[in-house]
Amino acid sequence: MGTAEKPKLYALSTCSHCKSTKKLLSECDVEYDYVEVDDLEGEERKAILADIKELNPRCSFPTIKINDTVIVGYKEKEIKEALGISV
Amino acid sequence: MNVDTLYNALKKSQEAKGIYFNKDKDLVFELLEALIKNKDRYGYMACPCRLACGDREHDKDIICPCVYRAPDLEEFGACFCGLYISTALNNNEIESQYVPERRPPEKIF
Repeated sequence: MGTAEKPKLYALSTCSHCKSTKKLLSECDVEYDYVEVDDLEGEERKAILADIKELNPRCSFPTIKINDTVIVGYKEKEIKEALGISV
Repeated sequence: MNVDTLYNALKKSQEAKGIYFNKDKDLVFELLEALIKNKDRYGYMACPCRLACGDREHDKDIICPCVYRAPDLEEFGACFCGLYISTALNNNEIESQYVPERRPPEKIF
């Protein structure tokens, strides 16, 4: 049984919806990885944007990948369901 | 720029057009501070919830108030980042809802 991947959050340092998503993950005691794309430049930024566009063609923020589920926007119910937390 | 000054100036000018700040004042101040941060680093108030590229001309569609605000207020009662809400939402005539991104993805890099 493969171990579940840590959720990955693609965010912006200035975005309130992204902050709300981080707050929710912390409240749910979920360890996650995140990247604030506005702090990146050059090739690293290009590479991350390519990754995001694969998950979310709109390339909007926040975009969060939880195992095989991709959730676009701060959607508390969907995020909790994807985490397996009863809503 | 001081966030209170920005708040008071915008509140007056926008309410005159029937556009209101979000009722969540903490969120409003968080977003206004983010606009000031973007003004400081890019030279223009790029939307806090969109990725700016640093080129004012290219990003003129997302300089707050963004060009997407009007259709978003019309359709959803709020703008993408949540800073502004419509008269209808302000008067609780409609429910607040998730606002999807209108900006064409090819503009994001």
